Amino acid sequence: MTTTHPIIHIQHLKTYLGDAWVHKDLNLEVKTGEILVIVGGSGSGKTVLLHEMLALQPPTSGSIRIFGHELTKANAETLLAIQRRWGVLFQQNALFSSLSVLENVSFPLIEHTELDEKTIQELALLKIVLAGLPIEAAVKYPAELSGGMQKRAALARAIALDPELLFLDEPTAGLDPNKVIAFDELILNLQSTMGLTIVMVTHDIDSLKRVANRVAFLGEGKVLAVEPPAQLMQNKHPLIQEFFNGQREQ
Amino acid sequence: MQTIANVHFKDRQLICQGEWNLSHIPSLKQSFVKIPLPSGGEITIDGSQVTQMDTAGAWLLLEWTRQLSNKKIISSFINFPEPTQKLIHFIQKREPHSENLPPVEKLDWLARIGKMAIEQWEEFYLYLSFVGRLSIELLRILKNPSHIRWKALLSSVYKTGYQALPIIGLLSFMIGVVLTYQMGVQLRTYGANIFIVDLLGLAVLREFGPLLTAIMIAGRTGSSFTAELGLMKTNQEIDALDTIGVTPSELLLLPKIFGLFIALPLLTIWADIFGILGGMVMSNNMLNITWYDFLGRFQHQIPVKALLIGLGKAPVFALIISSIGCFQGMSVKETADSIGKNTTKSVVYAIFFIIVADAIFSILFSKLQL
Repeated sequence: MTTTHPIIHIQHLKTYLGDAWVHKDLNLEVKTGEILVIVGGSGSGKTVLLHEMLALQPPTSGSIRIFGHELTKANAETLLAIQRRWGVLFQQNALFSSLSVLENVSFPLIEHTELDEKTIQELALLKIVLAGLPIEAAVKYPAELSGGMQKRAALARAIALDPELLFLDEPTAGLDPNKVIAFDELILNLQSTMGLTIVMVTHDIDSLKRVANRVAFLGEGKVLAVEPPAQLMQNKHPLIQEFFNGQREQ
Repeated sequence: MQTIANVHFKDRQLICQGEWNLSHIPSLKQSFVKIPLPSGGEITIDGSQVTQMDTAGAWLLLEWTRQLSNKKIISSFINFPEPTQKLIHFIQKREPHSENLPPVEKLDWLARIGKMAIEQWEEFYLYLSFVGRLSIELLRILKNPSHIRWKALLSSVYKTGYQALPIIGLLSFMIGVVLTYQMGVQLRTYGANIFIVDLLGLAVLREFGPLLTAIMIAGRTGSSFTAELGLMKTNQEIDALDTIGVTPSELLLLPKIFGLFIALPLLTIWADIFGILGGMVMSNNMLNITWYDFLGRFQHQIPVKALLIGLGKAPVFALIISSIGCFQGMSVKETADSIGKNTTKSVVYAIFFIIVADAIFSILFSKLQL
């Protein structure tokens, strides 16, 4: 399945929101099989970019190609085919609160496959275990789980359909430091065994250093640099310096 | 011609081909069922022709080896590409067993009825303690009148009373029209047209005015209390208020309850006026009773007592609606369907208890010969 084409290809993306240009001319490529982390200061348009990649919000102009399909012009059918091939972990987990964890993870399988009930349950349980949850957690409801376990349950739902592409929005926000390390290891582990491509938005510099193959730094309405973490931290651009040094002083 | 994913059996070898992913699981399962398996011994599973495998594919393969070992067939993997081997190994280590899943308890019908009864009783008990806590809070605030939230109280009167005027007026007018029409048809056959004034006056002032207004307000205001408080509860706004040192009762609950306590009697008078007005219009058109005749008889035949009895019920109804609405709002849980469920409960319970209270009033008044 390795293609020479990038899995996501964003060209000349422009977004105008609330009397301001959020993205002025943004170009970004995500290669198959890599972990790309998107960082940037507050208000640099990370979340907007993520929403545009997820087709939740249309850009003002420009092109976003995912799996070789133009997202901005995709009809409902193409979009559905794309949606089946990606998984999303939202910042607030976005678990369905009226369904148990097992039902949450089974949901995409029931909607998108013709498998029998027992197989769906087995596969959902497998994903729950892969996400590092104890099996007893499967019958619980999201409100009964701790923050870290909710995150894992949401990850289990994101990988339910064995996606090729996984989006993680601030996956470690609100977790305590040792949980962050465990979660990062989980993501690395899943990425290497399942052959995932991961696009991750984060604020956490330590987490970024652990998982990222490449880091895209957003600022001034475009991508200022796409480099491996060690290299990016040496970058002389004032915004990048401020981001890394400002946080280190805390 | 190679199919997208396939499995077949030859020379004690299970040969796997193609893309072993989630979408091909059903067809792979079908082909596996048709395979004539040996009754024992050893077989190998060949993966040299597998082009792709995801976790679902790996799981299926492991599931089969388990089935094989149940039939006393020992299987081993050969020629799988490196990443696929890694994946199979990864899944093998973590494979869940659904037997370990804690069973979900299923109750029989008798136990379900019992459970429901206990839950209802518990909810009623919680409601009583909620009312008790509010009363204590009320005493505390009355001791320190500077804690009274006039702004919240007036805003509550505005929202629950003033903004409801058009709908209450219109509906009461129509109720007056309908009542007059139904009664007028009967009265006309006896030539007793003018008695419509007595019938309508008593019916609207004593019963229809207060009861229908309360029912409409239960639907309009009780539900909004529950939804508003429920959302604040799930957003932890209620907790935030508590930590800032402002009790939710002081800022949210009591102003709502007393706002409606003031507004509902006023709305009831408004409903009485429009109900009678609707009756007058209809009497004028259908029964040939002029405005002058109607009002002339009205003041002699309808005692002020009728109006006061009707109005006296309104504050009681107001307390029922607002306390149930607030209680349901404050007992919202952190699930998406909870707000919807509690809003429904708030309206249903409020209307139920309004009618129960009205029935009690009727018995009471007839015993007292009012």
